[in-house]
Amino acid sequence: MTEHTTGIEIAWQQKLDGGEFVIQQCGECQRHVFFPREVCPHCGADALGWVAPAGLGTVYAVTTVRRAAEAGGDYNVSLIDLDEGVRLMSRVEGVDPADVTIGLRVKARVAKQDERGVLLFDRAEGDAP
Amino acid sequence: MSPNLTALRGSVAIAGVGTFGCGKTPGFSDMELLAGAAKQAVAEAGLTMQDIDGICTASVSAPMWPMPVIEHLGIRPTFIDGTMLGGSSFIAHLMPAMLALQSGQCNAVLVCYGSAQRSSTMNRREISKTRRMLDPQPYEHPYEPMLPPSAYALSASRHMHEFGTTREQLAEVAVAARQWAQLNPTAYDRAPMTIDDVLNARMISDPLTVRDCCLVTDGGGAYVLVRADRAKDMPQKPVYVLGNGTACWNRQISSMHDVTTTATVDSGRAAFAMAGMTPGDIQVAQLYDAFTINTILFLEDLGFCKKGEGGAFVANGAIAPGGRLPVNTNGGGLSWGHPGMYGIFALIEAVRQLRGECGDRQVAGVQTALAHGNGGTLSSQSTAILGTADTL
Ligand SMILES: [Zn+2]
Repeated sequence: MTEHTTGIEIAWQQKLDGGEFVIQQCGECQRHVFFPREVCPHCGADALGWVAPAGLGTVYAVTTVRRAAEAGGDYNVSLIDLDEGVRLMSRVEGVDPADVTIGLRVKARVAKQDERGVLLFDRAEGDAP
Repeated sequence: MSPNLTALRGSVAIAGVGTFGCGKTPGFSDMELLAGAAKQAVAEAGLTMQDIDGICTASVSAPMWPMPVIEHLGIRPTFIDGTMLGGSSFIAHLMPAMLALQSGQCNAVLVCYGSAQRSSTMNRREISKTRRMLDPQPYEHPYEPMLPPSAYALSASRHMHEFGTTREQLAEVAVAARQWAQLNPTAYDRAPMTIDDVLNARMISDPLTVRDCCLVTDGGGAYVLVRADRAKDMPQKPVYVLGNGTACWNRQISSMHDVTTTATVDSGRAAFAMAGMTPGDIQVAQLYDAFTINTILFLEDLGFCKKGEGGAFVANGAIAPGGRLPVNTNGGGLSWGHPGMYGIFALIEAVRQLRGECGDRQVAGVQTALAHGNGGTLSSQSTAILGTADTL
C-alpha cells in the first residue's frame, strides 16, 4: 500500500507534471488499475501501489472530434488498452486523426498542456505483442 | 429473482401521464415545464395535487431538486426519491415508488421532470463549462471529448470494428425514428429524411453526424402511480408495471469493460424476470435513442437479437412503421424531442400506446410495451415492462 501525503488524484497528477506516468497495481490480486483509486476495483483490497507501465498500448476505440479549422481543426480521441490490461482515454498525435484506427499500436508520452502534465500517445514502431 | 419482487408484478399502475411545452417553448423555466406536465398527469388520474403524497424527480442542474418541486407544487409527501442517474432516472424511479406504494408509505406517487434546455437564457456552452468545474472528470476532460456525443461515437466505432455494423445501419435508426415522427403531430422534426441525408449531414464526432444525434428541445413530462386495486376505478385505462430493473456499472466511457455491452444486460434481465416475459412477448419498444448506436446496443442487450446483430436487425425498415418491431413510435429522442433527459418521455409513449391513444402512429392491439432509459454516457440503464389488464 502506498503512503500518501495527498489524495491519489493529486499524487498521480504531480507525478505526471514531473514527466512520470504511473498506474496502480494491486498487491493482493496483482491486477493493474487505472484510473487511480483508493480500493482495488477487482478484489476490494486496500493494497494499491504505483508502478511504471511499459507505455505500450493498442487503440481500442476511436473518434475524430470535428472542430473548425480556425479553432485548431479536427482532433483524435481514443480509448487505449495498455499492455498491462488497463484502458484509458487519450489522444494519438503525430498522425492524421483519420489514420488513427482501432488496433494501431501506440506508445505513451508525457507532454505539457496548459502547464500541466498530460498523457499522450504516438504511433509505436514494430508489431503487436 | 426474489419472490417478493415477482409478487410486485402488476401491483402498481400508471393512472395518469402528462407532457407540457415540448419542442421550442421560450419563456418557461424548468420548474414551469415540470409543473405543466404534473398538472396534466394528476388531472388525467382524476386526482388533485393535494392527493399526491409521493414524489420522484431529478434535475441535471439542481442537486436538491425535490425540495423546490415539493415547494412549488404545494405538497407534503411522505415518500421522496431524488435519485439522479441521468436520463434513466424516471424509469429507475418506478421500483422505489412501487415499494413505497405497496408498503403503504404513500398512496399516489408523482414522477415528474422539466427542462428548458433549448430555450434557456444561459447558453449551453456556459452550462457545460460550469458542469465541468462542478463535476470534473480529470481522466477524460483533458482530451476534450465532445461529451456526450464522443462517448457514443467511441462505442459506435468499436461496434463497427467488431461486428461489421455500418454507418448505413446507424442511419436506418434515425430514418425509422423520423418516419414514426411523421405520424406524430407533436414531434419536433417531421421533415422527410433519407439514409443519404443522415450520411451526408455534418459530422460531429466520427462516425456520428448531427443526424445520428438527438434533438435539443424543451419539455416537461410526468406520470402518476397508484396501487393497482385503486387504478381500476380511476378515469384512465390502467397501465400496469409488470417489471422494472436498474443497473449501473460505470460513469466514464473509458471505464467500460466493453463499450459494446451496456448494463442494460442486467436491467433488462431483471425486468423480464420480474414480468415473467421474454423479448418475444414485447409488442412495442421505446428505447432511449440519444444517439443512433443506442437503439442498436439496447436491442442487443435486451435480447431482441444477439450481440453484434443489432445493425442487421434494424436494416430495411425493420423498426420503422410497418416493420417487424415498432421502436420509438413517437419519433424518439432523434425526431420527437429530447429535453435534456428523455427517459420519462419513452415511458409516457409506452403508456399512450397501451391506452390506444396514438392516432396515426398507434400500433394495433398493443398489450405489452417496454420502455428503456439510459443515463450519462452509456452509464446507467433502467428497463420497464408495462402491460394492459389482459397481461395480469
Ligand atoms: Zn486487487
